Amino acid sequence: MKSFMFLSQFVRDMRAQKLRTFLTIFGIIWGTISIVLLLGFGVGLGRQLKKNLHGLGEGLVILWPGKTSIPYQGMGRGRQLHFREDDAFLLEREIQQIKYICPEYARWGVELKQQKNTYAAQVRGVYPVYRLMRNAIPSREGRFLNPVDIDKKRRVIFLGNKVKEELFKDDSAEGKYITLNGIPFQVVGVLKEKHQNSSYGGRDEYTTYIPATTFSTIFGHKYISNMIVQGHDPRQNKALQERILQVLGKKYRFHPEDREALWVWDLMESEKVFMAMGIGFNIFFSLVGAFTLIVGGIGVSNIMNVVVEERTREIGLKMALGAKKGFVLSQFLFETLMITLIGGAIGLAISYGIIAVFPAGEIEQYIGRPTLSLGVALVAVALLGLIGFISGFGPAKRAANLNPVEAIRS
Amino acid sequence: MIKMKKIEKIYGTGTAKVEALRGIDLDIKKNEFFGLIGPSGSGKSTLMNIIGCLDVPTSGEYYFEEKDIKSFNHNQLAEIRNEKIGFVFQNFNLLPYATTFENVEIPMIFKGARAKERKARTMELLDAVGLAGRAHHKPSELSGGEMQRVAIARALANNPSLILADEPTGNLDTKSGDEILAIFENLWKQGHTLVVITHNPNISKRAQKVVKLKDGSIENNNR
Ligand SMILES: Nc1ncnc2c1ncn2[C@@H]1O[C@H](COP(=O)(O)OP(=O)(O)OP(=O)(O)O)[C@@H](O)[C@H]1O
Ligand SMILES: [Mg+2]
Repeated sequence: MKSFMFLSQFVRDMRAQKLRTFLTIFGIIWGTISIVLLLGFGVGLGRQLKKNLHGLGEGLVILWPGKTSIPYQGMGRGRQLHFREDDAFLLEREIQQIKYICPEYARWGVELKQQKNTYAAQVRGVYPVYRLMRNAIPSREGRFLNPVDIDKKRRVIFLGNKVKEELFKDDSAEGKYITLNGIPFQVVGVLKEKHQNSSYGGRDEYTTYIPATTFSTIFGHKYISNMIVQGHDPRQNKALQERILQVLGKKYRFHPEDREALWVWDLMESEKVFMAMGIGFNIFFSLVGAFTLIVGGIGVSNIMNVVVEERTREIGLKMALGAKKGFVLSQFLFETLMITLIGGAIGLAISYGIIAVFPAGEIEQYIGRPTLSLGVALVAVALLGLIGFISGFGPAKRAANLNPVEAIRS
Repeated sequence: MIKMKKIEKIYGTGTAKVEALRGIDLDIKKNEFFGLIGPSGSGKSTLMNIIGCLDVPTSGEYYFEEKDIKSFNHNQLAEIRNEKIGFVFQNFNLLPYATTFENVEIPMIFKGARAKERKARTMELLDAVGLAGRAHHKPSELSGGEMQRVAIARALANNPSLILADEPTGNLDTKSGDEILAIFENLWKQGHTLVVITHNPNISKRAQKVVKLKDGSIENNNR
C-alpha cells in the first residue's frame, strides 16, 4: 500500500520531468557501464597477465653465465664464465630448496626440413623435467621428451606449434620425420598453443626441443646456454639465488656477491611487478568509474531537489494529514533509489551485453577476456546504492523538515 | 477538549517581527460547534494551526484532550493530526493527480489501515457526502462544492473527534456553502467537535459559541 503509493508517485514525478529524468538515468547508466566494463576489463587483464606469465613457468629462476666484475682469489675482473650440464647436477645435489633444475643447450638457425618445407629454427637441448617447469604441454596424441630419449640419445624432436605449422601446415606431425641440418628426427609431440608474454631466447611456439644428450652429441656443444631452476617455495627465491651464487662461486671462483658473474632472472620479481600493475589498473579504472557515478549522483540529487520544490505543497498537506517525517523521508529516498536502480540495472545489462559480444581472438592474448564477475557486479551495485542514498538524502531530508503550515501556504 | 492559556505566536524577529497571537485563553468543550470570526490578519488561521497541532505556540499552554502538547514529539503530533483531527481548508487542498477515492484514502494509509478496511470506509464516507458516484474522478472534474465535500470526507477518514475548518465556504457559492453547512451540522449532531473559521454569517449564526479575534486578541466572548 505505502510502497504502491511510493511507486505511483514516482511514476508521476518522472513523467512530469521527462527530459531531466532521462538525462539523469542516462548518467547513471553511463557511470554503471564504465565502472562495470573497466572493472571487468581490469579483472580480465590481471588474470591474463598472470596466465601469460605462467606461460613461461611459475616462479622460475633462470641463470645465465656472465662476466666477473669483482677481482677474487687472485683473478681479475672481466673473466667470461661458461656453465656445463654438470653444474646443474651439482646445484641439485648441494641445494635443498631446489625442486627442479634443468640445463638448456641452445642453437639458433638450425635448418629444419619436411619434404619441401624448410624452416630455420632454434633448437634447444633439454631434459624431460623441462616440461613441468616450462609448461611445455603436448597437444593431443603427442608427448614431450622422456628419460628413455635421454638415455638412448634418441633422435626425437618436440616442435613449437608455429614451427609445426611452418613445416606441416594443417597435417599432423606426430610420428613423422623431419631433418635437422640433414639428420633425420622423429617428431614425438607438438606444443599445445599457450599464451606467453615474456620469454628468453624466443617464444616457445617458435622453438624446438631435442634430448640434451642427443644435442651435445650432434652439435658438440661443451657449454650450456642457461639453466632453469624451480624452488620448492617461490617466495624463497631470493635465498635460493644466494645459495646458487655461493655454490657456483665456489666452483668457478668468483665473489659470492658478484651479480654480474651470474645473470639471474627471477620470474617471481616480474610477477610481483605485474600484480602491482594489475592492482594499479584496477584502482585507476575504479576511480574513473566512481567519478562518473558521482557525477550521475549529483544529477539525481538535482532532480530530486526540483521534485521536492514542486511538491512542497503536497508534502505539507500530507504532513497535515498525519504523514510522519520518516514517511516523507522514505518516499524521496525511495525515488532516488529507484532512479539509480533503473539506471544501474540498464547499465549492468548493457555492460553484460558488451562483454558477451566482446570479440575473442588475437587481442584476448594481450588484454584477456573481460569478466563480469560477481565481485564486480556487487561493487557496482553497492556503489549505486550508496550514490543513490547519498544523493537522495539531502532532498529527502529537506522535504521531511518542511514546516507543514508554510508548505501548504506556498 | 481544548484548553489554551496565554497562547502567543510571534513570527520572525527584529523589525520583521509579527505578533500574530497575543495571549489567547480558550476553552472548547467536547461536541461544541465553535465559530471563529475576525478581520483579515487577525490571527484566525494562526490560532487554527496551533489548535490543529500543525504549529506550536511561541509561549503559553495548550492542552489537547487534557494532555500538554509540549510533551509530544514530531511523530506523536503527526499521529494526533492523523487520528484525532480532521482538516478542511478554504481551497480544498486535494491532491490534483489523485482520484476522489485516493484523496479520501490518504489519512487511512498514514494510519496503516488495510486496503479492505480503507475501501469500505472510503465508500461509506463518499456515500455520506453524496459523491459515491464520483469515486474515480479527479478533482479537476469536480465542482467547488464537490471538492469541498471530498475534503470533508477525507477529514472524517479516521473518524476524528475534532474537525477544523478554515473558511470552508470561502470559495463556494451560497448554495454549495449551504450544503457544506448542512453537512457540518449533521456531524455536530453525530457528536463531533467543530471549530470553524468563517466570514459566512449563516455559519456563525448556527454556531453554539462564536469568538471574535482582533489583532491577535479575543475581542468579545459572548454567546
Ligand atoms: N508564516 C508567517 N510568517 C510571518 N508572518 C505571518 C506568517 N503567517 C501569518 N503571519 C502574519 O500573522 C498575522 C495573522 O495571520 P493569519 O493568517 O493568522 O490571519 P487570518 O486571521 O487567518 O487572516 P485571513 O482572514 O486573511 O486568513 C498576519 O499579520 C500575517 O501576516
Ligand atoms: Mg486565514
